[in-house]
Amino acid sequence: MESHESLKSYKNRLDDALDNRFLREAMDKFAVAYRASRENAFAGMDVADLIQQVADIKAAAIADSKALLDQFIRKAKAHGVHVHLADRAEDANRIIGEIAQKSGSKKIVKSKSMTAEEIHLNRWLENLGLEVTETDLGEWIVQLRKEGPSHMVMPAIHLSRFQVADLFSDVTGRDQDAEIDRLVKVARKELREKFVEADMGITGANYALADTGTIGIATNEGNARLVTTLPKVHVALVGIDKLLPTLADALTVNRILPKNATGQAITSYVTWITGPSECTTTPSGKREMHIVFLDNGRKKIAADPVFSQVLQCVRCGACANVCPVYRMVGGHQMGHIYIGAIGLITTYFFHGMENAKNLVQNCTNCGACKAVCAGGIDLPHLIKEIHARIQDEAGHPLQSLLLGKVLKSRKLFHSLLRTAHLAQKPLLDKKERPYLRHLPMIFSPDHNFRRLPAIADVPFRDRFEKLHQPAKNPGFTIALFSGCVQDFVYPEHLEAAMKGFAQHNINVTFPMGQSCCGLPAVSMGEKSAARDVALQNLDAVYLDGVDYIVTLCASCASHLKHGVPKLLKDYAPEKAAAFADKVIPYSVFMNDIVGIESDVSDGANAGRKTAFHSPCHLCRGLGVHNTPHELIEKSGNQYVPTEEEETCCGFGGSFSTTFPAVSNEILTRKLDDVTESGADLLVTECPGCVLQLRGGAAKQGRKFTVCHLSELLYPRSDP
Amino acid sequence: MVNTTIGSSKDDLAAVFTQKASLVSAFVHDVKDRTGAMDKTLELLAQKLPLDPQVASEKKIDSSVRILAAPNLDNDGFQQLSDRCRAFPHIHLIRDGLRDFPGGIDMGVTTADFGIAETGTLVINSNYEQTRLATMLCEVHVAILAVSDIRETALSMNEELETLVRQKGSYTAFVTGASRTADIERVLAIGVHGPLELHIILVEEK
Repeated sequence: MESHESLKSYKNRLDDALDNRFLREAMDKFAVAYRASRENAFAGMDVADLIQQVADIKAAAIADSKALLDQFIRKAKAHGVHVHLADRAEDANRIIGEIAQKSGSKKIVKSKSMTAEEIHLNRWLENLGLEVTETDLGEWIVQLRKEGPSHMVMPAIHLSRFQVADLFSDVTGRDQDAEIDRLVKVARKELREKFVEADMGITGANYALADTGTIGIATNEGNARLVTTLPKVHVALVGIDKLLPTLADALTVNRILPKNATGQAITSYVTWITGPSECTTTPSGKREMHIVFLDNGRKKIAADPVFSQVLQCVRCGACANVCPVYRMVGGHQMGHIYIGAIGLITTYFFHGMENAKNLVQNCTNCGACKAVCAGGIDLPHLIKEIHARIQDEAGHPLQSLLLGKVLKSRKLFHSLLRTAHLAQKPLLDKKERPYLRHLPMIFSPDHNFRRLPAIADVPFRDRFEKLHQPAKNPGFTIALFSGCVQDFVYPEHLEAAMKGFAQHNINVTFPMGQSCCGLPAVSMGEKSAARDVALQNLDAVYLDGVDYIVTLCASCASHLKHGVPKLLKDYAPEKAAAFADKVIPYSVFMNDIVGIESDVSDGANAGRKTAFHSPCHLCRGLGVHNTPHELIEKSGNQYVPTEEEETCCGFGGSFSTTFPAVSNEILTRKLDDVTESGADLLVTECPGCVLQLRGGAAKQGRKFTVCHLSELLYPRSDP
Repeated sequence: MVNTTIGSSKDDLAAVFTQKASLVSAFVHDVKDRTGAMDKTLELLAQKLPLDPQVASEKKIDSSVRILAAPNLDNDGFQQLSDRCRAFPHIHLIRDGLRDFPGGIDMGVTTADFGIAETGTLVINSNYEQTRLATMLCEVHVAILAVSDIRETALSMNEELETLVRQKGSYTAFVTGASRTADIERVLAIGVHGPLELHIILVEEK
């Protein structure tokens, strides 16, 4: 992977990956199977509590890392370990190369180490004329293919048994069957010789315990045990982020690491090594042991108030396992060396902006990674932070700059939308629900994977006065936050909701000064614009006398509730908190606060099999899972579960326009899932999801229709 | 699914340990005492298929010979095993020198220091190189574990573990099931660089 890859070339790689049928099928199967095995591994355990324990342990260790390092070095030296400190990747490479040369080592065996991948250690050692053999099966396979790993835990997950059989046939000079058990035995035999001949063994470490000067290594294949037993020299390359105070801390982390990684309760082997162990082939009777601690930017990360949590990563790889984009394109397209959500972030720190600039955009912001992260890292937030940082350093692309500028002025933004409404007229399909017949020139043909809705004739803000029925002795007074998509594209979602508000005697205010929630600016890396917009919204919505700020857009709700207080933490923290406190998504307001009964719908619109697509920002962003199901039942329709209700639809705001091909694949998988459920109707609670799903269902001629929850509850009486 | 609240009585722990170890394809056998453990070991060895040597050996080994390594048995235990092996001339019992068998040995029999019920894990003090090699180079690993040495979770026995780990030159192994991989198409395969099979003999009386 060259370091100055253009976005276009990156997209070409994505297209190739999407066309790789084996990869797509393997990834799909894995995504579904992983969810089940992880759930099984954690059965009966309080996962959230475990994650919090790990996050606390790691956060404390990061804050204390200097003292822990000193303590570790003292202990390890007393045990007779040679400890080395490497500031940068080259330093670590040079140190390890020198150890090999000084000890007269020619042949090296390695067990899997992402840290060694990070610094391109093999390349360095091979340039010194040393023979380096990876002994983890997956790592050996990718080494033979001269590739990098495509997953942190399963490096060769992108390859089929047939590809491995061909490779092993080449290596052994004998035809090898594509039978997995046999292929594993080929590796057992081929590599045994390497273990026996090796002069030096290199490992990573999952844990470095300061209290005892011990390293801990978790493996399944047993290769790390041979690597640390047969050769005369052992070098452990350890990131300083692996330091923990005590064995108990490591045992706590180890309760979650294997479960999150592969759904195993524990790996086959966990090996604890405290200084040089017995080695009968050396004159001293002890192995020569070196530990190389690597910084390579970690200290800088630790000192950064926003990014220090990056070091809470325990390298389980779960963030890749659940990522909808990873599932479509595989690891080589979803990371530079480190893969998955954490890879998008660490690439910037370890391998530089050039390698990170395309990757960080390839995120739908669905939050699936954050929900499973063993270290409790707010991954989607940090990905956006990196995106913003890169744009600040390298310059903002015109499109993003314009968006930021436009959003900063609500009047400009809204008048542009009104102008766009006029400009689209010649392009409209003359159907009841207008779609754009042709796409405007600014979009390229590959955006045509879904039909795009037209901008409404009259935005909701211009309809509000007419729809507004002042309530007598209202039960609640709410401020309606429309978000731009519902205001200008889908005002009918809000019109339907207004019917229900009137029925339940709710006093509705519509603050005219409200603008976009600001999430699109965040997702384009325009942080300062996002902050300006947030401040404008705070000014626009008077909180006095308002019980709730209700929004029918889950993305707006989640951003207003969690994103805005984060953005304004140094600007208007109290005001933002008071605002966020009142924000509530539509479904929760109607079901739990208003408490509507099952008499809302008329017979004509009842009795349909109804699937729900849970917007990412509703289920993970706001923790709402079952409320919409209850409302579907109350509407007189039958809720039908789907396999992947809480998987992203592929919209992700600007994601779907930056990476339309990937977005389309995620969308298609979603629509297949709904088709399989036999549903007549697909309901969701976010206009962005409606745009994606309805446009995709129309384009692909799916048999079900798509609507917003408000339209299900309060359908138009006369079509 | 079993209840995850683990009972504290000895029998409960042994039951949970057995269940969890079986889940990761370890074979658990219950015996009354050490004599029973020796009998079981030899019974397993008798059933074992001939060794598949991983390294081409210079001298041809008779395919009926079975190499059994017992590096960490105490002197009494080793003597006892040795006496029994005398009745089987094809069993070649060794206590050390395992580096002479890089291509593998048939069976390694070791005692385990502890068992961890929650995950079916063995804790084996492997400071002694021969113990390490026996558990790595064997095709079948037989571990002898006293029921009274089973603990609830790793964290609940933190002090005992620290005592092992704290020693200078310590090499402490947690072993859970046989060596495994899912690196090709995520299909589970047992037996990679370590043992192909793990047998645990649970001894009622220590």
